[in-house]
Amino acid sequence: MLRFALILLITALSVGVIAAFVFFDLGTFKQYLPFYKLRPLHVSASVFWIFTAAQGGLYIYANDYFKPEKESKTLINISSTIWIITTILILASFVLGNFGGREYWEFPPVFAIPILISWMLFAIHFFKMLFKKGGKFPVYVWMWSTGIIFFLLTYTEANLWMIPWFRENIIRDITVQWKANGAIVGSWNQLVYGTAFYLMVKISGDESVAFKWQSFFFYFLGLTNLIFNWGHHVYNLPAANWVRTISYVISMTEWIILINIMQSFKAKLSEAKKFANIIPYRFLLASEIWIFLNLFLAILMSIPAINIYTHGTHITVAHAMGATIGINTMILFASIFYIFSKYNNTFIQKNRIGINIGLWASNISLLVFWIALIVAGIIKGYYMVSQSMSFEISMQHVRPLLWVFAIAGVFLAAFLIFLSVILLKTKKQ
Amino acid sequence: MLLIKHYIYPIIFSLLIVSYVIFSATIYIFGSGNYQIKADEKVLAGQEIWQQKNCQACHQIYGLGGYMGPDLTNVVSDKNKSEQYLKMIIQTGTIRMPKFNFSEEQADQIMAFLKHVDGSGSTSVSPEKIDIFGNYTLAENKHE
Repeated sequence: MLRFALILLITALSVGVIAAFVFFDLGTFKQYLPFYKLRPLHVSASVFWIFTAAQGGLYIYANDYFKPEKESKTLINISSTIWIITTILILASFVLGNFGGREYWEFPPVFAIPILISWMLFAIHFFKMLFKKGGKFPVYVWMWSTGIIFFLLTYTEANLWMIPWFRENIIRDITVQWKANGAIVGSWNQLVYGTAFYLMVKISGDESVAFKWQSFFFYFLGLTNLIFNWGHHVYNLPAANWVRTISYVISMTEWIILINIMQSFKAKLSEAKKFANIIPYRFLLASEIWIFLNLFLAILMSIPAINIYTHGTHITVAHAMGATIGINTMILFASIFYIFSKYNNTFIQKNRIGINIGLWASNISLLVFWIALIVAGIIKGYYMVSQSMSFEISMQHVRPLLWVFAIAGVFLAAFLIFLSVILLKTKKQ
Repeated sequence: MLLIKHYIYPIIFSLLIVSYVIFSATIYIFGSGNYQIKADEKVLAGQEIWQQKNCQACHQIYGLGGYMGPDLTNVVSDKNKSEQYLKMIIQTGTIRMPKFNFSEEQADQIMAFLKHVDGSGSTSVSPEKIDIFGNYTLAENKHE
């Protein structure tokens, strides 16, 4: 499962680089490499990389944590086989030009059935172990459980458009679609952040932090945001005005998280000194820096007065890329390096220099990539909202920044692929 | 009291799940405000083509979608672009947009979908609408 996840990541990155360059010369490529095929390939491979790597890690962590008397692999094997086959078929359907779904889930809707079946089997496996163990659970088990439950709920919600009542009112249709999409991201964040928390407990050896009320406070704050804070996607939609107001108010609670990160900066520094030589920790540390940067950007984008300039611009892309690469991918790399080091205790030592170069270079490339997108978004937002310029003219102003973004993207992809190859080449001892 | 303390996290979790269910139902029923115009068969057929050809990869509706091409929410009411011009683009493509070989009927269905979207509201929000709290209020129905 983890190796398949890495192949998905390599696919997402390779297609992403091709798509970035096709963007500049569509006339030449539109018949052979059409953007309407490349974009869903890139997006879906990225989304499935996150879910597959998170799931793959969780199979191992859940077993380690719950320690079931009898390890049952049947459900897991069926679930992961369905998941992998469905993912391959989805990517193949994009190559063949078969669509039919909605943003992020553009594949023919029939694939929703095996995705849900696979996830339900995964959920049964997880909760069977959880209820058997019983007792008080650390916060990361709560986060994993939340991620599993909410993916089922929100992914089902993302498919409600198939019911005519939802589809026939365009405002309801768009609102529900983006309510679901926003919350799905929240659900995978719960899975991935739970993994980061678990890894931190394992690295530090301090389990007590996972039972502290402060940890639970931030977990519940995250869950509240998952449920209510998706409205920034549809601020400009003429839905009921309270939809925007609720989301705006809830999103402002994220300042608490941001302030907490700033307050714990000193403690983080001494922790970093202590664990700096542990490779998975380095990836976790990188993800924390990205959490800070992206959270700040997300809070600003959640203010309607700012959102009118950022909505529909490259700032949204910066937010998505910063979160999926800077946060999710860094945590998932930490997770896979951690797991692989358990099965092969020499590979990290052998590849230490390469891993460090890959980590630093990918993060520096990502920073350039991220800043280029933000500046492009600011320029586009300014010209389109303040100057009422047309899309075509605004895009001309943005073009030089998109070159910076594309070139930084090549380096970013190259170094992330380099890290993935190190992992793929690692054999179990 | 001790029981509540012991089960405080499951209680909070359950309350949030209940809030999620109530909030979702409220969004489904009342979230679209007073916009009650139903899409007809032709509009829905156009929307289906929109999804099957993955138009959202390049175009946006209410700022949601890809950035390769322009936002099409209000393209129909753009005075510089006539209906004939839009239909021609749909059928022939452009330098950047592929030709999808749509039939006359399919092009009409896509136009019906775009007209329906255009009638639902405006994608751009004027900065003048912003209040002192950084929020703004929109007319929930373009026809108001």
